[in-house]
Amino acid sequence: MKSLALCAKGVNRASWVNRLKVMLLQILPAYDCGLAKQKANNAMIATRDAYGKALLELGRQNPKIVALDADLSGSTKTAQFAKEFPERFFNAGIAEANMVGMAAGLAAGGMIPFASTFAVFAAGRAFEQIRQSLAYPRLNVKVVATHGGITVGEDGGSHQSIEDLAIMRSLPNMTVLCPADGPETAAAIRAAAAFEGPVYIRLGRGKVPVVFPEDCSFEIGKGVTLREGKDVTLIGTGLMTAMALEAADELAGKGIDARVLHIGSIKPLDEDLVLKAARETGAIITAEEHSVVGGLGGAVCECLAEGCPTPVERVGMRDVFGQSGPADKLLEYYGLTADKLVEAAERILQRKVR
Amino acid sequence: MLTEQKVQELEQAARELRVDILKMLHQSQSGHTGGSLSAIDIMAVLFFHQMKHDASCPDWSERDRFVLSKGHAAPALYACLARAGYFPKEDLATLRQLGSHLQGHPDMRKTPGVEVCTGSLGQGLSQAVGLAMANKVAGRTSRVFALLGDGELQEGQIWEAVMSAAHYQLSNLCIVVDCNGLQIDGFTEDVMNVGPVAAKFAAFNMHVIEADGHDIDSLGQAFAAAEVSERPVVIVAKTIKGKGVSIFENKAKYHGLAPSDEELQVSLQVLGAL
Repeated sequence: MKSLALCAKGVNRASWVNRLKVMLLQILPAYDCGLAKQKANNAMIATRDAYGKALLELGRQNPKIVALDADLSGSTKTAQFAKEFPERFFNAGIAEANMVGMAAGLAAGGMIPFASTFAVFAAGRAFEQIRQSLAYPRLNVKVVATHGGITVGEDGGSHQSIEDLAIMRSLPNMTVLCPADGPETAAAIRAAAAFEGPVYIRLGRGKVPVVFPEDCSFEIGKGVTLREGKDVTLIGTGLMTAMALEAADELAGKGIDARVLHIGSIKPLDEDLVLKAARETGAIITAEEHSVVGGLGGAVCECLAEGCPTPVERVGMRDVFGQSGPADKLLEYYGLTADKLVEAAERILQRKVR
Repeated sequence: MLTEQKVQELEQAARELRVDILKMLHQSQSGHTGGSLSAIDIMAVLFFHQMKHDASCPDWSERDRFVLSKGHAAPALYACLARAGYFPKEDLATLRQLGSHLQGHPDMRKTPGVEVCTGSLGQGLSQAVGLAMANKVAGRTSRVFALLGDGELQEGQIWEAVMSAAHYQLSNLCIVVDCNGLQIDGFTEDVMNVGPVAAKFAAFNMHVIEADGHDIDSLGQAFAAAEVSERPVVIVAKTIKGKGVSIFENKAKYHGLAPSDEELQVSLQVLGAL
């Protein structure tokens, strides 16, 4: 009963339906296992697709919503908004720096701009524009960067952003989000629109398993306990959260009781949730489709080092750039899989302070 | 058309603004003298003749907006804002000091009347373009003025922004280029030639108007022509860096050097402020 109560408390931003599901998950892990697999097979949504729909919906509700793109509106999915609201859509052409600057001006003029391009160009090419024109003045611009991480695939390392979360997280005034799936993306986009200030939202190219219910909510600065556990905690962000859930199932088969947290808000980080997991499970694995330097792993380590020193294994890109290949093969090549999370958990249990 | 009286009034205002600029730079012993003095006649005409704005209501939604893309000329902007009544003139003495609302470069979150944060060259114009777009989306008839340096034209982002201004036909945007011909490392034509400035903007489909950046009447006419243009306008204003006091004029050295005690005394004498 204790773990049930903890569990319900942990799910602090999900609907009551979701809470119930998580509770059920506690009682009937086998049931959830089947559910997760069913979801993985049937419900796959690209976060960028969810963004396109959510942006269109916001545009219908609020005339202050404007969108900008840099010649990638078909890929970032702002094209649907552009089609319905041509007078509120500004294509910057292949000029990301100017796109961010124009977004800043639109925000200073009272609009709520959503500016989109690939993550590598948003956080990379336009970094100083985001710093000076958005973060420094705390302007109300949402940078929605799609094609984050290595699952960009065939375009190769030049187009695979593995450092954007670290770069964006380093900026004062910035909020950095990395949702797990389609439903959470839609909720995160709505939350960002309702939030006053600059937000960086990292989305992916490919379809990813649905983890959250359709009606889920999103609270900036809050993480979610997706599965209770007492032996080790797997903390995922983006598409790695689904892998963390899968790994927890595998670990359960090995008699290891793994907690799973999802961190959709990289900054601000839900430090209370992370520290609680560290105190209660004594071992932390972070999982991200990003460099282990400065992203989720970095943020969690900073939090733990100051608040509750705990053994950590960071699963992510080990300070290397990606390369061309199909997304699933790349994830496997760079060790971003449920199996690798299981291995990391087994390793960390060897050095866990008991 | 500016009346003779209005011209004289603005000339006197510019003289007094020069005194304010030099005093505040002398007080802080830090800041940009040359570019503030080259820009001040343009800004005097904008703030005290051309633009509709109200210091008692800085958030007035129908106001014209001024973007100092060459943000290092902040002392010129602060002198204008204080004179217009956005904050007490005594505040000018706190320029660049710890805790002052008058930052080294313009900060919209700290200084009343400052529209956006600038200072990193090339970024202000994009923001001005965005402000002009916002005016169009919101159905406002107010205008946006952006002041650039000619050295700043070396930033690639400027041309991205100019392309956008022309593409989106932002007739509510007026760009002024303060062409003083100097930058930190020397003459712009030696460091990285930006000319021919007017022809470049014309090639980007802008309506180009040339003016004498220290002649109030010339500037007044340029702004009047810009107001009725159906295309976004660039006023290419020929200026002299450090204009107003000969010791500072046309010298790269005074780009980022504040006046000494002696230089201030000479300046006050020349400007009739002693």
